[in-house]
Amino acid sequence: MIALKGITKRFGEHTVLDGIDLSLARGEIIVVIGPSGTGKSTLLRCVNFLERPDAGQLTVGDLSVDAARATSDDILGLRRRTAFVFQNYALFAHKTALENIAERMIVVEGLSKREAHARAREILERIGLADKADAYPAALSGGQQQRIGIGRAMAAKAEVILFDEPTSALDPEWVEEVLALMKQLAAEQQTMIVVTHEMQFAREVADQVVFMEGGRIVEQAPPSELFTNPRDERTRSFLRKVLAGNAPSDA
Amino acid sequence: MQALNLDYMVGLVPVLLGYLPLTLGMAAAGMVCALILSCGLAVIRVSRLPVLNQAAQLFISFFRGTPLLVQLFLFYYGLPQFLSFLVSINGVTATIMGLTLHFSAYMAESIRAAITGIDRSQTEAAQSIGMTNAQTMRRIILPQATRVATPTLMNYFIDMIKSTSLAFTLGVTELMGATQKEAASSFLYFEAFLVVALIYWIIVEALSWCQKRLEKRLNRAYQR
Repeated sequence: MIALKGITKRFGEHTVLDGIDLSLARGEIIVVIGPSGTGKSTLLRCVNFLERPDAGQLTVGDLSVDAARATSDDILGLRRRTAFVFQNYALFAHKTALENIAERMIVVEGLSKREAHARAREILERIGLADKADAYPAALSGGQQQRIGIGRAMAAKAEVILFDEPTSALDPEWVEEVLALMKQLAAEQQTMIVVTHEMQFAREVADQVVFMEGGRIVEQAPPSELFTNPRDERTRSFLRKVLAGNAPSDA
Repeated sequence: MQALNLDYMVGLVPVLLGYLPLTLGMAAAGMVCALILSCGLAVIRVSRLPVLNQAAQLFISFFRGTPLLVQLFLFYYGLPQFLSFLVSINGVTATIMGLTLHFSAYMAESIRAAITGIDRSQTEAAQSIGMTNAQTMRRIILPQATRVATPTLMNYFIDMIKSTSLAFTLGVTELMGATQKEAASSFLYFEAFLVVALIYWIIVEALSWCQKRLEKRLNRAYQR
């Protein structure tokens, strides 16, 4: 359903992603963990071509794209089958919460403004921000902005939602409400790939946890296995660090 | 020293105001055309379209690098020499053309700066929901750039209104031209030019007031 094969990305001489293979079934949730600068975010950004992979094969739903030969139609196709949640929310600054969620339905799906706004209102209900429909991003807390960001992704009805460290930019007080919303989505069988440092979230929600280092997947296993009995020394060392004492929140 | 002839000044006001529509009309026409042209130039510059980008750069360089008065003379007196269809060009058209080309060069650079100043995350967010480049520009980038560029563009509009006075050198009887004629027949130069100066000043002040209202409106989305 979603398959990445041999995804490779170089920035100049530096190989950031070195042949990543990953696949998810519908409704599956993969959490990607690993030290900073190991290409986790780049991997997500390659799936919708915010970064152009140098090589590899991407399959999302019924669309399969050879990264090296991707046309602009392929790229648009991938983007319309995926949704993305940004670390810094990246809400459209000149649009209200409601308009942020409705934008895709109007522009990409061609719905009338009225219908798009009605559907956006339903999503606002689901994310518990119905009272903020007419608020602009600048007037919302970080947590609220990120929930709108997730609402915008939900509006896409995408094959997969890609979460790029969704709680890393948040003040600690807002982290829980965003994770709660993500758990709600998980319970609704939303397919997702989540890059995060929230180990507790990974434990609770993930079907598979992927540990990445140096642009490669070192280890992949269900959380019960990866957290209690990691096979690779690098995984063990990473987990020792992040789980030492009180597990640090997303840093 | 002689006292100001206030009666003459008061009497002159309604006479000169009769020419206001022409002055404001030329400025408004120039501004609309310049906005369209400068947006086009700015988008060409930002998207670095080959050939067009170089052409836009050359255009901007020339029209920023030469005085407006020289450009007006070039269009009105110079070009008809080679382009026979321009022989019938009138002063008003030549002025609007000159104002459009001259100010669009400046405005293009302001708009370009405003576009490049919009955070990259806005473009990425638009791409992530599957918008095309054109949709991203039209629905996300340009509306936000408009807010950034508005104060500067309003300044250019104010400058443009004042620059319409140069039309008088092409024989157009607008606000300035009319004042010149009135002054020449009454010999009350100081009074006449003082009145016209005050008229320009009041127009610009009124516009500044509109500008504040407009900026407040455009900043609505950014209030915490």
